Amino acid sequence: MLEIRDLHVEVDGKPILKGIDLTIRAGEVHAVMGPNGSGKSTLSHVLAGREGYTVTRGSVTFEGKDLLEMAPEIRAREGIFLAFQYPVEIPGVNNTYFLKAAVNAGRKHRGLEELDAMDFMQLVREKMKVVKMKDDLLKRSVNEGFSGGEKKRNEIFQMAMLEPKLAILDETDSGLDIDALKIVADGVNSLRSPERSMLVVTHYQRLLEYIVPDQVHVLAGGRIVKSGDRTLALELERHGYGWIEQQGVTAA
Amino acid sequence: MSARAGAATAVPGGAQAAVEHYLGEHTRSAGSLPGAGTAWLRELREQGIERFADLGFPSTRDEHWRYTSVAPIAAQRLRVALPAPVPAPEALAPFLFPGLDAHRLVFVNGRYAAELSAPGSLPDGVHLDSLAQVLAAAPERARPALSGLALRTGFDALHQAFLADGVWLELAAGVALARPVHLVHLGVGAAEPALANLRTVISLGARAEARVIESFGSLGSGAGLTTAVTTVVLAEGAALEHFKLQEEAATVDHVARVEVRQGRDSRYTSHSVSLGGGITRNDITSTLEGEGAECTLNGLYMAAGRQHVDFHTTIDHAEPRGTSRELYKGILGGRARGVFNGRILVQPGAQKTDSQQSSQNLLLSREAEVDTKPELEIYADDVKCSHGATVGQLDADMLFYLRSRGIDHGTAQGFLTRGFAQDVIDRMSIDAVRERLERLVVTHVPGPESAQVSP
Ligand SMILES: Nc1ncnc2c1ncn2[C@@H]1O[C@H](COP(=O)(O)OP(=O)(O)OP(=O)(O)O)[C@@H](O)[C@H]1O
Ligand SMILES: [Mg+2]
Repeated sequence: MLEIRDLHVEVDGKPILKGIDLTIRAGEVHAVMGPNGSGKSTLSHVLAGREGYTVTRGSVTFEGKDLLEMAPEIRAREGIFLAFQYPVEIPGVNNTYFLKAAVNAGRKHRGLEELDAMDFMQLVREKMKVVKMKDDLLKRSVNEGFSGGEKKRNEIFQMAMLEPKLAILDETDSGLDIDALKIVADGVNSLRSPERSMLVVTHYQRLLEYIVPDQVHVLAGGRIVKSGDRTLALELERHGYGWIEQQGVTAA
Repeated sequence: MSARAGAATAVPGGAQAAVEHYLGEHTRSAGSLPGAGTAWLRELREQGIERFADLGFPSTRDEHWRYTSVAPIAAQRLRVALPAPVPAPEALAPFLFPGLDAHRLVFVNGRYAAELSAPGSLPDGVHLDSLAQVLAAAPERARPALSGLALRTGFDALHQAFLADGVWLELAAGVALARPVHLVHLGVGAAEPALANLRTVISLGARAEARVIESFGSLGSGAGLTTAVTTVVLAEGAALEHFKLQEEAATVDHVARVEVRQGRDSRYTSHSVSLGGGITRNDITSTLEGEGAECTLNGLYMAAGRQHVDFHTTIDHAEPRGTSRELYKGILGGRARGVFNGRILVQPGAQKTDSQQSSQNLLLSREAEVDTKPELEIYADDVKCSHGATVGQLDADMLFYLRSRGIDHGTAQGFLTRGFAQDVIDRMSIDAVRERLERLVVTHVPGPESAQVSP
């Protein structure tokens, strides 16, 4: 589904990603862990198409297509979804109105009929249950005045509405209380399917107890320095990132 | 005539030709304007043309016109709009607010069009009519209201020289007009650029309440100038909510002036939305002459191409315990230029004045520009006055967030622009007006495309 080859990325002339190789097949869940500032969000943003990053080397293909050639909205319609580490507040733009435009843009792209107001609201009600989101958040401006946890829930709610093929969750677990973490994880799990892949960025092993990954990668200094199965997350929790350095850098 | 021609020579350089032209127009039209047989009105018009001969058009050397060059207007030889054929009723539809139940008066090229109007039945104590009708039936009644205008600029002078028609709205004490009044001003394009003059006189007795919507639109793309002067007098405890939507063609220039006098505990609320026009200038002045008066000025301007839009507001706190709130938002694309000048005057003795002013601007292109300036003159010591101004671009994070959900760039821009304008629209009390404006704002988003398409 997703193939990242030797990806080098700079910001303002400063190298951030220094040769990432990563393959995610349909249905797989990959976790990315790593110290602060190692480039996890940078990788997420580059996949979603944010401006301001320069790809100096390497390639990313998504379902056989060159992802880096696509505008962010095309990537989204092709099935990429990024749950933001810091969801953006957008005053004056109504949450429901925004979501309807997003859902219908995706449907149109896939040659489906656009949803009318009634069908859309039915879908909304169904998906809101998944993340146990409060009704009144829908009537408000996008993320405006939402608590940290509400914002994260709203990201997962949007993901449920948009039904992406590849979901990238950038620290969706941070800032959530224990119950909310469980709800969000349940929401994510309910979306797991043989066709849907996930890239889960997290600092905590706890999330991975709920969302069990097929592979765990450690990103440090702009490179994947170690990959393994879910037990790697446990090791990291126990020993910290210093432990990998002591082991010597072993590229994945 | 010779005395006036003499005055004209005092006007520098090429301006003289303009003066000659308008003197000619004055002579030509004097006999055909409404109330031509009324001596004081004839004199008023003469005063106007004489004053114009003295002043000419304002120049950018004038402090209040520093950022707004009216050279393109001065270069035109406008014909004084003679009555135009009245368009078919369908032509009116785009300028109405679906679902709005209002007393409607329609004007075409500055003249009342009874065929298109629907004043409806009016409650006792409400006098709503065209100014021409008042001048025909009871001219003396209009005299004080029409005579008091200070002719500060050449535009004021021209307006008075060709004063013809407009609106008369008078409410007796204690009357609340439930349905709003909708005044629709249509310019119909003609071969030669035309001058349309509109005078609106609003007077509310003690505790009277009304809502007035003024719409300005164009049919066809004929060039011209609209001058609109609105005077508002609010007696003790009266309340007026005053809407204005300017959506004329880019070939039409628009110079408007609103003068408000507020009595004790009165409330004046203005929502002025400027979307159309080539050069648009709005001067809004309110004098809080009675204690405890409240003045709220909201504004929204969107401009693209080479449009120029200028708001000059003055709030004169003359008495204690007055409150004023100003929120102006500008959205500028292409090579458009915006100007906001907000003057707040707190007179000695106007203690406990509470005044807030905010000017916020969004630039959607590199070539768009805005000049925003507060002007505070405070001569009392126990007052609260704050002001702030911002100029920014669309937020890149917001734009990316929307696009990352599949919304294309143009639509995302539209969402954010509308989001930016939303709180100005939210302050309006009439649903039908808000709903149409929300749609208009989206279609008017001056994206980078419009920079290339517009002349
Ligand atoms: N716009 C930018 N300008 C300069 N440096 C940047 C920019 N964006 C990211 N960086 C730098 O790139 C590095 C990687 O940042 P990134 O946000 O990808 O880290 P991260 O792994 O997500 O960290 P965290 O765990 O704290 O979220 C950091 O050193 C950061 O300062
Ligand atoms: Mg990060």
